[in-house]
Amino acid sequence: MTLSIAGVATRPKTATPVQTRKFTLPLRWISPVALVLLWQLASSTGVLSPDKLASPLTVAQSAGELIADGQLVEAFAVSITRVFFGFLIGGFAGVVLGLVSGLSRWGETLLDPPVQMLRTLPHLGLIPLFILWFGIGEEPKLALVAAGVAFPLYLNLHAGIRQTDPGLVEAARVLGYSRIERVVHVVLPSAVPQTLVGLRIAFGTAWLSLIVAEQINADAGLGFLINNAREFLRTDVVVVGLVVYALLGLTTDALVRLLERRILRWQKR
Amino acid sequence: MAKAVSVRGLTKAFGARTVLDGIDLEVEPGEFVALLGRSGCGKSTLLRILAGLDRDVEGEAEVPGTVSIAFQQPRLLPWRKVWRNISLGLHRPDGRAIALKALEEVRLTDHADAWPLTLSGGEAQRVSLARALVREPDVLLLDEPFGALDALTRLAMHHLVEDLWIRHKPAVLLVTHDVDEALLLADRILVLDEGRIVATHHVDLPRPRRRASVVEQRTRVLADLGVDVEEAA
Repeated sequence: MTLSIAGVATRPKTATPVQTRKFTLPLRWISPVALVLLWQLASSTGVLSPDKLASPLTVAQSAGELIADGQLVEAFAVSITRVFFGFLIGGFAGVVLGLVSGLSRWGETLLDPPVQMLRTLPHLGLIPLFILWFGIGEEPKLALVAAGVAFPLYLNLHAGIRQTDPGLVEAARVLGYSRIERVVHVVLPSAVPQTLVGLRIAFGTAWLSLIVAEQINADAGLGFLINNAREFLRTDVVVVGLVVYALLGLTTDALVRLLERRILRWQKR
Repeated sequence: MAKAVSVRGLTKAFGARTVLDGIDLEVEPGEFVALLGRSGCGKSTLLRILAGLDRDVEGEAEVPGTVSIAFQQPRLLPWRKVWRNISLGLHRPDGRAIALKALEEVRLTDHADAWPLTLSGGEAQRVSLARALVREPDVLLLDEPFGALDALTRLAMHHLVEDLWIRHKPAVLLVTHDVDEALLLADRILVLDEGRIVATHHVDLPRPRRRASVVEQRTRVLADLGVDVEEAA
Protein backbone atom coordinates (compact mmCIF):
# COMPACT_ATOMS: atom_id res chain seq x y z
CA MET A 1 0.00 0.00 0.00
CA THR A 2 2.83 2.35 0.79
CA LEU A 3 4.29 1.57 -2.60
CA SER A 4 1.47 3.29 -4.44
CA ILE A 5 2.07 6.36 -2.32
CA ALA A 6 5.80 6.34 -2.86
CA GLY A 7 4.95 6.48 -6.54
CA VAL A 8 3.58 9.99 -6.27
CA ALA A 9 6.28 11.17 -3.89
CA THR A 10 8.68 12.59 -6.46
CA ARG A 11 8.14 16.17 -7.46
CA PRO A 12 7.12 16.76 -11.06
CA LYS A 13 10.05 17.24 -13.39
CA THR A 14 10.16 20.12 -15.80
CA ALA A 15 6.88 20.27 -17.69
CA THR A 16 6.77 18.37 -20.96
CA PRO A 17 7.00 20.75 -23.89
CA VAL A 18 3.53 21.88 -24.94
CA GLN A 19 3.77 20.49 -28.45
CA THR A 20 4.43 16.91 -27.41
CA ARG A 21 1.67 17.11 -24.82
CA LYS A 22 -0.88 18.21 -27.36
CA PHE A 23 0.03 15.27 -29.49
CA THR A 24 0.36 12.51 -26.89
CA LEU A 25 -2.49 13.34 -24.54
CA PRO A 26 -5.31 11.81 -26.69
CA LEU A 27 -3.07 8.85 -27.51
CA ARG A 28 -2.56 8.14 -23.84
CA TRP A 29 -6.31 7.64 -23.44
CA ILE A 30 -6.51 4.80 -25.96
CA SER A 31 -5.60 1.95 -23.63
CA PRO A 32 -7.62 3.04 -20.57
CA VAL A 33 -10.75 3.50 -22.72
CA ALA A 34 -10.10 0.13 -24.38
CA LEU A 35 -9.85 -1.51 -20.95
CA VAL A 36 -13.21 -0.07 -19.87
CA LEU A 37 -14.78 -1.24 -23.14
CA LEU A 38 -13.31 -4.71 -22.61
CA TRP A 39 -14.70 -4.71 -19.06
CA GLN A 40 -18.15 -3.75 -20.37
CA LEU A 41 -17.91 -6.46 -23.05
CA ALA A 42 -16.99 -9.10 -20.48
CA SER A 43 -19.94 -8.08 -18.30
CA SER A 44 -22.47 -7.96 -21.17
CA THR A 45 -21.48 -11.40 -22.47
CA GLY A 46 -21.73 -12.88 -18.97
CA VAL A 47 -18.01 -13.75 -18.69
CA LEU A 48 -17.80 -11.42 -15.69
CA SER A 49 -20.58 -12.12 -13.21
CA PRO A 50 -22.11 -9.06 -11.45
CA ASP A 51 -21.39 -10.80 -8.11
CA LYS A 52 -17.67 -10.45 -8.84
CA LEU A 53 -17.69 -7.07 -10.56
CA ALA A 54 -20.60 -5.01 -11.89
CA SER A 55 -20.39 -3.61 -15.42
CA PRO A 56 -19.24 -0.02 -16.00
CA LEU A 57 -22.74 0.95 -17.09
CA THR A 58 -24.30 -0.45 -13.91
CA VAL A 59 -21.66 1.35 -11.85
CA ALA A 60 -22.47 4.64 -13.58
CA GLN A 61 -26.17 4.08 -13.08
CA SER A 62 -25.73 3.29 -9.35
CA ALA A 63 -23.57 6.36 -8.97
CA GLY A 64 -26.42 8.43 -10.39
CA GLU A 65 -28.91 6.86 -7.99
CA LEU A 66 -26.64 7.24 -4.96
CA ILE A 67 -26.13 10.91 -5.78
CA ALA A 68 -29.85 11.45 -6.40
CA ASP A 69 -30.99 9.97 -3.07
CA GLY A 70 -28.28 11.85 -1.15
CA GLN A 71 -26.53 8.77 0.23
CA LEU A 72 -23.28 9.42 -1.59
CA VAL A 73 -23.19 13.10 -0.67
CA GLU A 74 -23.77 12.32 2.98
CA ALA A 75 -21.10 9.60 3.04
CA PHE A 76 -18.75 11.92 1.19
CA ALA A 77 -19.32 14.72 3.70
CA VAL A 78 -18.64 12.44 6.66
CA SER A 79 -15.43 11.04 5.17
CA ILE A 80 -14.06 14.38 4.07
CA THR A 81 -14.72 15.85 7.53
CA ARG A 82 -12.70 13.02 9.08
CA VAL A 83 -9.78 13.66 6.77
CA PHE A 84 -10.00 17.40 7.31
CA PHE A 85 -9.79 17.27 11.09
CA GLY A 86 -7.33 14.39 11.13
CA PHE A 87 -5.16 16.36 8.72
CA LEU A 88 -5.43 19.48 10.85
CA ILE A 89 -4.27 17.66 13.99
CA GLY A 90 -1.53 15.65 12.28
CA GLY A 91 -0.40 18.59 10.17
CA PHE A 92 -0.09 20.83 13.20
CA ALA A 93 1.90 18.20 15.10
CA GLY A 94 4.14 17.42 12.12
CA VAL A 95 4.90 21.06 11.35
CA VAL A 96 5.52 22.12 14.95
CA LEU A 97 7.77 19.13 15.68
CA GLY A 98 9.56 19.56 12.33
CA LEU A 99 10.23 23.24 13.00
CA VAL A 100 11.49 22.67 16.53
CA SER A 101 13.76 19.83 15.53
CA GLY A 102 14.91 21.55 12.31
CA LEU A 103 15.67 24.93 13.83
CA SER A 104 17.16 24.05 17.20
CA ARG A 105 20.00 21.73 18.00
CA TRP A 106 18.42 20.72 21.29
CA GLY A 107 15.12 20.12 19.58
CA GLU A 108 16.79 17.80 17.12
CA THR A 109 18.73 15.95 19.79
CA LEU A 110 15.62 15.33 21.85
CA LEU A 111 12.91 14.94 19.20
CA ASP A 112 14.50 13.36 16.19
CA PRO A 113 15.54 9.97 17.64
CA PRO A 114 12.08 8.98 18.94
CA VAL A 115 10.33 10.25 15.80
CA GLN A 116 12.75 8.37 13.54
CA MET A 117 12.13 5.21 15.58
CA LEU A 118 8.37 5.59 15.53
CA ARG A 119 8.25 6.23 11.81
CA THR A 120 9.48 2.71 11.13
CA LEU A 121 6.22 1.46 12.65
CA PRO A 122 3.60 1.00 9.95
CA HIS A 123 1.05 3.41 11.42
CA LEU A 124 -1.86 1.30 10.17
CA GLY A 125 -0.65 -1.37 12.57
CA LEU A 126 -1.61 0.94 15.42
CA ILE A 127 -5.33 0.32 14.90
CA PRO A 128 -5.73 -2.22 17.74
CA LEU A 129 -4.05 0.17 20.17
CA PHE A 130 -6.06 3.13 18.92
CA ILE A 131 -9.28 1.19 19.41
CA LEU A 132 -8.24 0.35 22.95
CA TRP A 133 -7.25 3.94 23.65
CA PHE A 134 -9.98 5.83 21.84
CA GLY A 135 -12.87 3.36 21.57
CA ILE A 136 -14.68 2.81 18.28
CA GLY A 137 -16.10 6.27 17.62
CA GLU A 138 -14.61 9.06 15.52
CA GLU A 139 -11.47 9.46 17.64
CA PRO A 140 -9.49 6.41 16.44
CA LYS A 141 -10.23 7.38 12.82
CA LEU A 142 -8.97 10.93 13.33
CA ALA A 143 -5.97 9.61 15.25
CA LEU A 144 -5.07 7.24 12.42
CA VAL A 145 -5.31 9.99 9.80
CA ALA A 146 -3.33 12.35 12.04
CA ALA A 147 -0.58 9.77 12.55
CA GLY A 148 -0.41 9.18 8.80
CA VAL A 149 -0.06 12.91 8.14
CA ALA A 150 2.32 13.92 10.93
CA PHE A 151 5.24 11.67 9.97
CA PRO A 152 5.74 12.56 6.30
CA LEU A 153 5.32 16.26 7.12
CA TYR A 154 7.81 16.08 9.97
CA LEU A 155 10.38 14.11 8.01
CA ASN A 156 10.29 16.30 4.90
CA LEU A 157 10.19 19.61 6.76
CA HIS A 158 13.09 18.53 8.94
CA ALA A 159 15.09 17.29 5.94
CA GLY A 160 14.26 20.46 4.02
CA ILE A 161 15.56 22.69 6.79
CA ARG A 162 18.72 20.60 7.14
CA GLN A 163 19.38 20.84 3.40
CA THR A 164 19.67 24.64 3.51
CA ASP A 165 22.72 25.75 1.54
CA PRO A 166 25.27 26.83 4.20
CA GLY A 167 26.70 29.28 1.65
CA LEU A 168 23.47 31.26 1.69
CA VAL A 169 23.38 31.32 5.49
CA GLU A 170 26.99 32.54 5.58
CA ALA A 171 26.27 35.28 3.08
CA ALA A 172 23.24 36.38 5.10
CA ARG A 173 25.34 36.50 8.25
CA VAL A 174 28.02 38.75 6.72
CA LEU A 175 25.35 40.93 5.10
CA GLY A 176 23.83 41.74 8.47
CA TYR A 177 20.67 39.59 8.64
CA SER A 178 19.41 39.05 12.16
CA ARG A 179 18.85 35.47 13.33
CA ILE A 180 15.13 35.77 12.72
CA GLU A 181 15.74 37.17 9.23
CA ARG A 182 18.05 34.26 8.46
CA VAL A 183 15.30 31.83 9.45
CA VAL A 184 12.50 33.68 7.64
CA HIS A 185 14.33 34.60 4.43
CA VAL A 186 16.93 31.86 4.08
CA VAL A 187 16.20 28.67 6.01
CA LEU A 188 12.42 28.33 5.77
CA PRO A 189 12.06 29.24 2.08
CA SER A 190 14.74 26.73 1.18
CA ALA A 191 12.79 24.05 3.07
CA VAL A 192 9.56 24.77 1.19
CA PRO A 193 10.08 22.53 -1.89
CA GLN A 194 10.85 19.48 0.26
CA THR A 195 7.94 20.32 2.59
CA LEU A 196 5.56 20.38 -0.37
CA VAL A 197 6.76 16.90 -1.29
CA GLY A 198 5.90 15.93 2.29
CA LEU A 199 2.49 17.54 1.94
CA ARG A 200 1.68 15.43 -1.12
CA ILE A 201 2.80 12.25 0.61
CA ALA A 202 0.78 13.30 3.68
CA PHE A 203 -2.40 13.64 1.61
CA GLY A 204 -1.78 10.21 0.14
CA THR A 205 -1.38 8.60 3.57
CA ALA A 206 -4.34 10.59 4.89
CA TRP A 207 -6.72 9.00 2.36
CA LEU A 208 -5.13 5.60 2.87
CA SER A 209 -5.55 5.86 6.64
CA LEU A 210 -9.14 6.94 6.22
CA ILE A 211 -9.98 4.02 3.96
CA VAL A 212 -8.47 1.54 6.38
CA ALA A 213 -10.05 3.21 9.43
CA GLU A 214 -13.47 3.20 7.78
CA GLN A 215 -13.19 -0.51 6.98
CA ILE A 216 -12.80 -1.42 10.65
CA ASN A 217 -15.95 0.03 12.09
CA ALA A 218 -18.05 2.84 10.81
CA ASP A 219 -21.72 3.70 10.77
CA ALA A 220 -21.33 6.50 8.26
CA GLY A 221 -18.98 7.59 5.52
CA LEU A 222 -17.67 6.11 2.29
CA GLY A 223 -16.17 3.08 4.04
CA PHE A 224 -19.53 2.32 5.62
CA LEU A 225 -21.22 2.65 2.20
CA ILE A 226 -18.75 0.17 0.71
CA ASN A 227 -18.90 -2.32 3.57
CA ASN A 228 -22.67 -2.19 3.61
CA ALA A 229 -22.79 -2.85 -0.12
CA ARG A 230 -20.48 -5.83 0.31
CA GLU A 231 -23.00 -7.53 2.57
CA PHE A 232 -25.62 -7.29 -0.16
CA LEU A 233 -23.20 -8.30 -2.94
CA ARG A 234 -23.64 -4.87 -4.53
CA THR A 235 -20.30 -4.74 -6.37
CA ASP A 236 -21.55 -1.71 -8.29
CA VAL A 237 -21.81 0.36 -5.11
CA VAL A 238 -18.41 -0.88 -3.94
CA VAL A 239 -16.87 0.34 -7.20
CA VAL A 240 -18.65 3.71 -6.89
CA GLY A 241 -17.12 4.14 -3.42
CA LEU A 242 -13.65 3.23 -4.73
CA VAL A 243 -13.97 5.69 -7.60
CA VAL A 244 -14.90 8.46 -5.16
CA TYR A 245 -11.85 7.64 -3.02
CA ALA A 246 -9.67 7.80 -6.13
CA LEU A 247 -11.15 11.11 -7.23
CA LEU A 248 -10.61 12.59 -3.77
CA GLY A 249 -6.97 11.51 -3.84
CA LEU A 250 -6.51 12.97 -7.30
CA THR A 251 -8.14 16.24 -6.24
CA THR A 252 -5.91 16.83 -3.23
CA ASP A 253 -2.86 15.90 -5.29
CA ALA A 254 -3.87 18.42 -7.95
CA LEU A 255 -4.42 21.06 -5.28
CA VAL A 256 -0.91 20.58 -3.92
CA ARG A 257 0.54 20.76 -7.45
CA LEU A 258 -1.31 24.01 -7.94
CA LEU A 259 0.08 25.29 -4.66
CA GLU A 260 3.57 24.20 -5.76
CA ARG A 261 3.34 26.12 -9.00
CA ARG A 262 2.18 29.20 -7.13
CA ILE A 263 4.70 29.08 -4.27
CA LEU A 264 7.68 27.84 -6.28
CA ARG A 265 7.28 30.28 -9.14
CA TRP A 266 10.82 31.52 -8.47
CA GLN A 267 12.17 28.22 -9.77
CA LYS A 268 13.50 28.27 -13.30
CA ARG A 269 11.11 26.24 -15.48
CA MET B 1 44.31 57.21 10.93
CA ALA B 2 42.99 53.81 11.92
CA LYS B 3 43.72 50.92 9.59
CA ALA B 4 40.82 49.36 7.71
CA VAL B 5 42.24 45.93 8.41
CA SER B 6 44.98 44.93 10.82
CA VAL B 7 46.11 41.37 11.15
CA ARG B 8 48.91 40.24 13.44
CA GLY B 9 50.39 36.77 13.69
CA LEU B 10 47.27 35.15 12.31
CA THR B 11 47.49 31.37 12.29
CA LYS B 12 44.80 28.91 11.30
CA ALA B 13 45.03 25.16 11.21
CA PHE B 14 42.56 22.53 10.12
CA GLY B 15 43.68 19.53 12.13
CA ALA B 16 47.33 18.93 11.38
CA ARG B 17 47.30 21.13 8.28
CA THR B 18 48.36 24.73 8.81
CA VAL B 19 46.49 26.91 6.33
CA LEU B 20 47.61 30.33 7.55
CA ASP B 21 51.01 30.57 9.19
CA GLY B 22 51.58 33.83 11.08
CA ILE B 23 50.10 36.37 8.67
CA ASP B 24 50.80 40.08 9.28
CA LEU B 25 48.75 42.46 7.20
CA GLU B 26 47.61 46.06 7.35
CA VAL B 27 45.26 47.67 4.88
CA GLU B 28 44.76 51.45 4.68
CA PRO B 29 41.24 52.86 4.31
CA GLY B 30 40.40 53.02 0.62
CA GLU B 31 43.31 50.83 -0.43
CA PHE B 32 42.83 48.12 -3.04
CA VAL B 33 44.76 45.00 -2.10
CA ALA B 34 44.92 41.78 -4.06
CA LEU B 35 45.70 38.47 -2.39
CA LEU B 36 47.27 36.33 -5.03
CA GLY B 37 48.10 32.65 -4.85
CA ARG B 38 47.46 29.14 -6.01
CA SER B 39 44.43 27.20 -4.82
CA GLY B 40 44.97 26.02 -1.27
CA CYS B 41 47.43 28.78 -0.36
CA GLY B 42 45.06 30.04 2.34
CA LYS B 43 43.81 33.21 0.67
CA SER B 44 40.12 32.37 0.90
CA THR B 45 40.55 31.27 4.51
CA LEU B 46 42.05 34.66 5.33
CA LEU B 47 39.05 36.37 3.76
CA ARG B 48 36.59 34.18 5.67
CA ILE B 49 38.32 35.08 8.92
CA LEU B 50 38.12 38.80 8.11
CA ALA B 51 34.41 38.34 7.31
CA GLY B 52 33.87 36.88 10.78
CA LEU B 53 32.87 33.49 9.37
CA ASP B 54 35.70 31.67 11.08
CA ARG B 55 36.59 32.69 14.63
CA ASP B 56 38.58 29.64 15.68
CA VAL B 57 42.03 31.16 15.05
CA GLU B 58 45.27 32.14 16.73
CA GLY B 59 46.58 35.68 16.51
CA GLU B 60 44.67 38.87 15.88
CA ALA B 61 42.47 39.96 13.02
CA GLU B 62 40.79 43.33 13.47
CA VAL B 63 38.35 44.95 11.12
CA PRO B 64 37.00 47.97 13.01
CA GLY B 65 34.52 49.16 10.38
CA THR B 66 31.66 47.55 8.50
CA VAL B 67 32.42 44.59 6.28
CA SER B 68 30.69 43.37 3.18
CA ILE B 69 31.45 40.49 0.87
CA ALA B 70 30.91 39.05 -2.60
CA PHE B 71 31.69 35.40 -3.20
CA GLN B 72 32.70 33.40 -6.26
CA GLN B 73 29.13 32.16 -6.48
CA PRO B 74 26.64 35.06 -6.27
CA ARG B 75 24.77 33.38 -3.38
CA LEU B 76 21.54 35.25 -4.05
CA LEU B 77 18.33 34.00 -2.42
CA PRO B 78 16.52 32.45 -5.39
CA TRP B 79 13.10 32.91 -3.73
CA ARG B 80 13.46 36.65 -3.24
CA LYS B 81 13.30 39.11 -6.14
CA VAL B 82 16.50 40.84 -7.19
CA TRP B 83 15.75 44.10 -5.39
CA ARG B 84 14.83 42.27 -2.17
CA ASN B 85 18.12 40.43 -2.30
CA ILE B 86 19.83 43.81 -2.15
CA SER B 87 17.66 45.46 0.48
CA LEU B 88 17.26 42.53 2.90
CA GLY B 89 19.35 42.90 6.03
CA LEU B 90 19.73 46.66 5.51
CA HIS B 91 16.92 47.46 7.93
CA ARG B 92 16.00 50.62 6.09
CA PRO B 93 12.41 51.68 5.37
CA ASP B 94 13.34 52.98 1.91
CA GLY B 95 14.88 49.63 0.97
CA ARG B 96 13.44 49.48 -2.52
CA ALA B 97 14.65 52.95 -3.48
CA ILE B 98 18.13 52.15 -2.19
CA ALA B 99 18.14 48.84 -4.03
CA LEU B 100 17.08 50.50 -7.28
CA LYS B 101 19.87 53.05 -6.97
CA ALA B 102 22.39 50.28 -6.37
CA LEU B 103 21.05 48.37 -9.38
CA GLU B 104 21.46 51.47 -11.47
CA GLU B 105 25.15 51.52 -10.61
CA VAL B 106 25.61 48.00 -11.94
CA ARG B 107 23.25 48.80 -14.86
CA LEU B 108 20.57 46.26 -13.92
CA THR B 109 17.60 48.50 -13.08
CA ASP B 110 15.43 46.56 -15.54
CA HIS B 111 15.95 43.38 -13.56
CA ALA B 112 14.83 44.71 -10.17
CA ASP B 113 11.69 42.57 -10.16
CA ALA B 114 13.23 39.48 -11.77
CA TRP B 115 13.83 36.18 -9.99
CA PRO B 116 17.58 35.59 -9.50
CA LEU B 117 17.53 32.23 -11.32
CA THR B 118 16.54 34.01 -14.53
CA LEU B 119 19.76 36.07 -14.52
CA SER B 120 22.95 35.16 -16.38
CA GLY B 121 26.10 34.44 -14.38
CA GLY B 122 27.48 37.92 -14.98
CA GLU B 123 24.20 39.63 -14.09
CA ALA B 124 23.87 37.63 -10.88
CA GLN B 125 27.43 38.57 -9.94
CA ARG B 126 26.64 42.24 -10.55
CA VAL B 127 23.63 41.94 -8.23
CA SER B 128 25.93 40.35 -5.68
CA LEU B 129 28.31 43.35 -6.03
CA ALA B 130 25.44 45.81 -5.71
CA ARG B 131 24.27 43.95 -2.61
CA ALA B 132 27.75 44.21 -1.09
CA LEU B 133 28.21 47.91 -1.95
CA VAL B 134 24.79 49.10 -0.86
CA ARG B 135 25.93 48.43 2.70
CA GLU B 136 28.54 51.19 2.24
CA PRO B 137 31.24 48.99 3.74
CA ASP B 138 34.55 50.26 5.05
CA VAL B 139 36.01 46.98 3.88
CA LEU B 140 34.82 45.11 0.82
CA LEU B 141 35.91 41.48 0.59
CA LEU B 142 35.88 39.94 -2.87
CA ASP B 143 36.43 36.18 -2.91
CA GLU B 144 37.30 35.35 -6.54
CA PRO B 145 34.14 37.10 -7.66
CA PHE B 146 35.02 36.76 -11.34
CA GLY B 147 36.30 33.18 -11.17
CA ALA B 148 33.16 31.57 -12.57
CA LEU B 149 32.57 34.12 -15.36
CA ASP B 150 33.54 33.88 -19.01
CA ALA B 151 36.52 35.94 -20.20
CA LEU B 152 34.49 38.72 -21.83
CA THR B 153 32.17 39.21 -18.88
CA ARG B 154 35.20 39.21 -16.61
CA LEU B 155 36.73 42.14 -18.50
CA ALA B 156 33.53 44.15 -18.14
CA MET B 157 33.40 43.30 -14.44
CA HIS B 158 36.97 44.53 -13.88
CA HIS B 159 35.99 47.95 -15.17
CA LEU B 160 32.81 47.94 -13.13
CA VAL B 161 34.61 47.05 -9.91
CA GLU B 162 37.24 49.73 -10.49
CA ASP B 163 34.49 52.30 -11.17
CA LEU B 164 32.58 51.35 -8.07
CA TRP B 165 35.72 51.35 -5.95
CA ILE B 166 36.70 54.83 -7.14
CA ARG B 167 33.20 56.10 -6.41
CA HIS B 168 32.73 54.52 -2.97
CA LYS B 169 36.36 54.14 -1.88
CA PRO B 170 36.08 51.18 0.47
CA ALA B 171 39.22 49.28 1.30
CA VAL B 172 39.11 46.24 -0.97
CA LEU B 173 40.62 42.83 -0.40
CA LEU B 174 40.41 40.87 -3.62
CA VAL B 175 41.25 37.18 -3.55
CA THR B 176 42.30 35.89 -6.94
CA HIS B 177 44.63 33.57 -8.76
CA ASP B 178 44.62 35.74 -11.87
CA VAL B 179 47.81 37.82 -12.07
CA ASP B 180 46.44 40.18 -14.73
CA GLU B 181 43.35 40.84 -12.67
CA ALA B 182 45.48 41.72 -9.66
CA LEU B 183 47.74 43.99 -11.72
CA LEU B 184 44.84 45.78 -13.39
CA LEU B 185 43.01 46.53 -10.17
CA ALA B 186 45.21 46.53 -7.10
CA ASP B 187 47.40 49.16 -5.41
CA ARG B 188 49.26 46.38 -3.69
CA ILE B 189 49.61 42.71 -4.45
CA LEU B 190 50.38 40.17 -1.75
CA VAL B 191 51.57 36.81 -2.95
CA LEU B 192 50.53 33.99 -0.63
CA ASP B 193 52.12 30.59 -0.54
CA GLU B 194 51.55 27.84 2.00
CA GLY B 195 49.89 30.22 4.42
CA ARG B 196 52.53 32.92 4.31
CA ILE B 197 52.91 36.22 2.51
CA VAL B 198 55.99 35.54 0.41
CA ALA B 199 56.09 38.75 -1.63
CA THR B 200 54.56 42.22 -1.79
CA HIS B 201 54.31 44.29 -4.96
CA HIS B 202 53.23 47.91 -5.10
CA VAL B 203 51.54 48.75 -8.37
CA ASP B 204 51.96 52.45 -9.07
CA LEU B 205 50.70 52.42 -12.64
CA PRO B 206 48.14 55.11 -13.55
CA ARG B 207 44.49 54.09 -13.91
CA PRO B 208 42.66 52.93 -15.90
CA ARG B 209 45.38 50.44 -16.64
CA ARG B 210 45.79 48.62 -19.90
CA ARG B 211 47.08 45.15 -20.37
CA ALA B 212 50.27 46.33 -22.14
CA SER B 213 51.24 48.64 -19.27
CA VAL B 214 51.41 45.81 -16.76
CA VAL B 215 53.49 43.34 -18.76
CA GLU B 216 56.84 44.16 -17.20
CA GLN B 217 55.62 43.83 -13.63
CA ARG B 218 53.66 40.73 -14.55
CA THR B 219 56.86 38.78 -15.13
CA ARG B 220 58.14 39.66 -11.69
CA VAL B 221 54.91 38.71 -9.94
CA LEU B 222 54.75 35.43 -11.82
CA ALA B 223 58.32 34.68 -10.76
CA ASP B 224 57.20 35.00 -7.12
CA LEU B 225 54.47 32.48 -7.87
CA GLY B 226 57.11 30.09 -9.19
CA VAL B 227 56.18 30.56 -12.83
CA ASP B 228 59.02 31.40 -15.22
CA VAL B 229 57.33 33.15 -18.14
CA GLU B 230 60.26 32.87 -20.54
CA GLU B 231 60.45 29.15 -19.87
CA ALA B 232 56.67 28.69 -20.06
CA ALA B 233 56.61 30.44 -23.42
